Amino acid sequence: MTIVQLLTLINSAIAFGTVIMLGAIGEILIEKAGNLNLGIPGIMYLGGIGGMIAAFFYELHGGASPVVGLILSFVCSMLFAALGGLIYAFLTITLRANQNVTGLTLTIFGGGVANFFGASLNTLAGGVGQISVPVTSSAYIAYTPLGYMGTFGKLFFAHGFMAYLAIALAIAMRYFLNRTRTGLNLRAVGENPGTADAAGINVTAYKYLAIIVGAAIAGLGGLFYTMDYIKGTWANDGTIEGLGWLAVALVIFATWKPLNAIWGSYLFGFVYWAYLYIPGLSRRSLELFKMLPYVITLVVLIIVSLRKKRENQPPASLGLSYFREER
Amino acid sequence: MASCAIKMENVTKRFGKVVANDHINLELREGEILSLLGENGSGKTTLMNQLSGIYYPDEGQIYVHDKPVTISSPKDAFDNGIGMIHQHFKLVDVFTATENIVLGLDGEGKFDLKAAGEKIRTICEKYGFDIRPEQKIYDMSVSQKQTVEIVKVLFRGADILILDEPTAVLTPQETDKLFDIMRAMKKDGKSLIIITHKLHEVLDVSDRVAVLRKGEYIGDVMTKDANQQSLTDMMVGHSVTLNIDRPMPKDPKPRLELKNLTVYDELGVKRLDDVSFTVMGGEILGVAGVAGSGQKELLESIAGLYPVRSGEIVFHNPQSGKSENLVGKDPLDIKRAGVGMAFVPEDRLGMGLVGSMGMTGNMLLRSYRKGTGLFVDRKQPEKLANSIWKDLEVVTPSTAFPVRRMSGGNVQKVLVGREIAQEPAVLMSAYAVRGLDINTSYTIYNLLTAEKMKGVAVIYVGEDLDVLLELCDRLVVLCGGQVSGVVDARTITKEEVGLLMTQHRKEGA
Repeated sequence: MTIVQLLTLINSAIAFGTVIMLGAIGEILIEKAGNLNLGIPGIMYLGGIGGMIAAFFYELHGGASPVVGLILSFVCSMLFAALGGLIYAFLTITLRANQNVTGLTLTIFGGGVANFFGASLNTLAGGVGQISVPVTSSAYIAYTPLGYMGTFGKLFFAHGFMAYLAIALAIAMRYFLNRTRTGLNLRAVGENPGTADAAGINVTAYKYLAIIVGAAIAGLGGLFYTMDYIKGTWANDGTIEGLGWLAVALVIFATWKPLNAIWGSYLFGFVYWAYLYIPGLSRRSLELFKMLPYVITLVVLIIVSLRKKRENQPPASLGLSYFREER
Repeated sequence: MASCAIKMENVTKRFGKVVANDHINLELREGEILSLLGENGSGKTTLMNQLSGIYYPDEGQIYVHDKPVTISSPKDAFDNGIGMIHQHFKLVDVFTATENIVLGLDGEGKFDLKAAGEKIRTICEKYGFDIRPEQKIYDMSVSQKQTVEIVKVLFRGADILILDEPTAVLTPQETDKLFDIMRAMKKDGKSLIIITHKLHEVLDVSDRVAVLRKGEYIGDVMTKDANQQSLTDMMVGHSVTLNIDRPMPKDPKPRLELKNLTVYDELGVKRLDDVSFTVMGGEILGVAGVAGSGQKELLESIAGLYPVRSGEIVFHNPQSGKSENLVGKDPLDIKRAGVGMAFVPEDRLGMGLVGSMGMTGNMLLRSYRKGTGLFVDRKQPEKLANSIWKDLEVVTPSTAFPVRRMSGGNVQKVLVGREIAQEPAVLMSAYAVRGLDINTSYTIYNLLTAEKMKGVAVIYVGEDLDVLLELCDRLVVLCGGQVSGVVDARTITKEEVGLLMTQHRKEGA
């Protein structure tokens, strides 16, 4: 493999990793509040289509400012995803529905809604070919001149702003969870809601907020995918869903630690795309390579279970509804 | 009169029809240690939960430091300087001591765990606690976890501390240490209430004792004027005549012999210690003891649900005359061995019945193996369900109505009816009348007595001493997993049983 090839691979890995990192950071926040949200793929779909809709109509009505397109699509994406989170929160917290079932349903729902609107936009655009939002997309893809400075620049500066935003969010999430009073309270809710309740923490409010904010962050993963990864187009294929599942796997891989999600996501991206650079692969063995992220997640799970370190375990009450004990 | 840290006036709390606290007047004087004494279900914890903001009293007034207050949440309790240390710790395992202690506090300014840790260290040094602020809860012993709970309330500035059965989980050495801490806090001007039913601890640590019985306040006595006997008398009261029909057993023969039974729980704590006694066919054998003395483990060991470390459970089959050791058999093995064993567990809707199924479905649980061929026989269970419905006057719209939605008394009738229909040789029941009204209780007593007259060996684990003494022929008294006495229920007094319940067997006796 040449240096150029390696560089391309690393850049693909970073782009790929950014999508799932954003999904994983959102999911970490949600899981730390004790809710296992398997609706992340659906929420990422919602985030993706939300941004797409805003950008599409902005450009359809003659909008020409990349920055305005960016702001509109960004806000709309988070709004759509947060709404998805709200549905999940209402069902699992207020109605105490089963979290796994609700999450899976949300994934199917999100995919359906997104592809419905995706196809509708296509019809609006004239029904031929692929829809695209080049103006808005250009704001996402743009990078500073530093990105042109040789190998170093290509490696570290030739990415859209959301790649850096994802890292910043991961660091901020770590600070929030471990260094703030609210973060401590939130973790207590996920570990032992009964204890949190007795300490005067509003368990329901914490869970709602964590899920809605987490969903909004995860939705950005979908936005990055549509605007940067596939350059402002929409495709009714199942890619976002596959990436969403990887985001959920990444949470486990990172053992619920946001900083691990940074390098973990790049590693996932690296092994996912590695097959392109291994010569002589048949179509069959190629699919085996795409499985690698899941395989390493399994390996990590096994190692973590064997080591039995308490800090690496999922939040103790993950997946359980909270009832205040009544006599 | 000395001023009062807490004064409760006419405090009443009802749960449905049950009056848990009936017009209670309780005082905690400044700077004293008060013991709150009472049998299980006498309303001690309920009363204290109204001070800590978990329950809100239906009637009555609470004064803190002679000022009337309203306590409607745990936060109100903290604001009034009241801190309660619950029997079940409320701690997050993966957090450090400091993180647990500051949890939920609003606090001003920067979130500074280090400063909090320093403050905790000072508290620990002051009272001689052996915890480190940065230690994780899962690394701590039970006694250290309790210490964290105590520091938690001190950190919040509580000057009135309530400890709910704090010694239940401690070793004698840890208990002594806790008592030293309590004395140190008292010296520091704090007022304390300790709930316990161990009399020697009451005498050891407290200044004054207040006694509750069946939700009523009986009175108080200075500890220096009290002894174990006088406290027991206050606690159990005078025997109430219940008039349960108790015929003499007909021709009792040993049915079940327990020999040196010893069991450990999954944490390696000894739950039954060298337990030996014989259960006769045709008698009701009562098991008395404060909650958690090994009653549950005893019944589950006999039923084949609890791993037995050592000892024997020998069953004498009345039909074949053969004897068989049941240790090491699971419930199915026991059934296959031809041992008619019926079990009415404490947890009716968990271990006893399936809540979402109707009466017929629950009958089926006991008989589905009997059917021939591929399909289960639903006719027999349906017939049985119908006969229980009529004979025991179960209130339900149909035999298909989910038992979960029936009242507690009806659930118990279904369960007891099913177990009796097995025509067992041994019938075990745990807290069979807990939560039932008086009429249903009598139905259950009569059913058990009828079984006894059929020659069944009935084991009745109960908490109400009056009932145990009126219903049973003999009593086994458990204390801390040991048998502290096997007595004749017709001649022994309630006070004597009360003493046995709190007295460990002398070593080597």
